[in-house]
Amino acid sequence: MAATTPAADTAQKQAITLKVNRKTYKLDVEPRETLLDVLRERLDLTGSKKGCDHGQCGACTVHVDGRTANACLLLAVMQQGREITTIEGIAPGGKTNGQERLHPLQAAFIKHDGLQCGYCTPGQIMSGVAVLRDGHADSPAEIREWMSGNICRCGAYAGIVAAIESVKKGDTIG
Amino acid sequence: MIAADFNYEAPTSLDEAFTLLRKYGDEAKILSGGHSLIPMMKLRFASPECIIDINNIPGLSDITREGDIMKIGALVREAQVEHAAELLEHFPIFADVTKLIADPQVRNMGTVGGNLAHGDAANDHPAVMMALRASVVIAGADGTRVVPIDEFFFGFYSTAIQPDEILTEIQIPMPSPYTGSAYHKLERKVGDYATAGVAVQLTIDANGICTYAGIGLTNVNPLPMRAARSEEALVGKKITDETIAEAARYASDDCNPSADLRGDVEYKRAMVGVLTKRMIHKAAQRAVA
Ligand SMILES: Cc1cc2nc3c(=O)[nH]c(=O)nc-3n(C[C@H](O)[C@H](O)[C@H](O)COP(=O)(O)OP(=O)(O)OC[C@H]3O[C@@H](n4cnc5c(N)ncnc54)[C@H](O)[C@@H]3O)c2cc1C
Ligand code: FES
Ligand code: FES
Repeated sequence: MAATTPAADTAQKQAITLKVNRKTYKLDVEPRETLLDVLRERLDLTGSKKGCDHGQCGACTVHVDGRTANACLLLAVMQQGREITTIEGIAPGGKTNGQERLHPLQAAFIKHDGLQCGYCTPGQIMSGVAVLRDGHADSPAEIREWMSGNICRCGAYAGIVAAIESVKKGDTIG
Repeated sequence: MIAADFNYEAPTSLDEAFTLLRKYGDEAKILSGGHSLIPMMKLRFASPECIIDINNIPGLSDITREGDIMKIGALVREAQVEHAAELLEHFPIFADVTKLIADPQVRNMGTVGGNLAHGDAANDHPAVMMALRASVVIAGADGTRVVPIDEFFFGFYSTAIQPDEILTEIQIPMPSPYTGSAYHKLERKVGDYATAGVAVQLTIDANGICTYAGIGLTNVNPLPMRAARSEEALVGKKITDETIAEAARYASDDCNPSADLRGDVEYKRAMVGVLTKRMIHKAAQRAVA
């Protein structure tokens, strides 16, 4: 059947409303724009990283309605009405002793050397927060299993598991 | 890489979706989880003129039992399967398989319907559905049809779903008592597609005789494959080391793997044999447990 609407150069931009880190943004997007590209290129939220752009590395992990997802495989037009949280949105805000307050898992990554170059870190932390919240941090093996969607090219895995374990045990809160 | 431009439609009913499918014909692609489709569009292996997002159509996301049939809605996510108590109780194979599909992020989005509709022998659900002798419900403007899984896969990325149709549900016959099922795949790393995978469901009667055998193979054949000779080698017999060895040999002989980075043909055949043995053992243990 012949298509009635050639998409090649006429696909309409669509006006959408995105809710990211409790803020509402109105913008026009092409349907093919991924959530990751919109976050990074339009909203200046460059914390979420583009590693593979194919759902294989987890560097782009965000929360959509509280569940982890690879932003590189989500279309921005499909995210209306959803609550999106990125690495920029997890710290409680405010300062302690002049230092920006961090989420306990962010602090634990620093304390336990959960990173080297840092490229995978935002995705690791977004997955780690979900692992802790969903109760999948009872043992190092369980943590590794549930963190398996996040690859670390630097091999900081030992520190990452230690950081998550420490928050689970409650000894780096604050 | 960025996908080619397309129009985006998000119907809120099946009827609306059928009208759109009529309008665009085979220039349209349905999007469920998008976790197979969007990577293909980025690689420009697929450049549909229109994406029809079916996620806003209600009624496609439930797992329900109706009498002798367990029904899985097309939009049920892998992560949902992990918590579906009644399904897992009767079909422990689903606990095996979801854990092995990709990683948590992918499982939060990927759907069971999309996994089948993609028509890829590397995906894990096709072999599982073969072992369970599932059927697929395909709906179109003119009505619905129920297609047995053995008649569903046509070729590489090609299935019985016509361009104006939508897969809405998977139906699995409830097993008789003393049935067990199991799945395992060999993978190089988490998230990789199978080097080889084997799904088995067995029913064993009070005399220890196998009365049902379903065996499906992942990624060792151009199409998802039923190991028919292996099933025949078990039905009507006691499950012994000899019958298991025979079934495993048939599976290994009858599949048709291709050599790739995951291994050569000989290796893959050997792994099919090993996995078939192990999954028969595991399914048999679960059947009598
Ligand atoms: C990194 C990565 C690793 C993966 N590893 C595995 C793995 O180990 N094992 C595995 O099995 N899968 C794996 N997958 C694939 C994943 O499970 C996909 O989610 C799944 O194959 C497709 O489901 P989907 O809902 O995302 O479908 P989509 O991508 O939305 O659709 C796939 C195809 O099916 C069609 N389609 C979808 N739904 C319907 C419907 N209801 N009716 C008609 N047509 C439909 C679409 O038009 C498209 O052609 C992996 C994916 C990624 C990104
Ligand atoms: S950039 Fe999204 S998973 Fe790699
Ligand atoms: S810290 Fe460098 S990739 Fe993980």
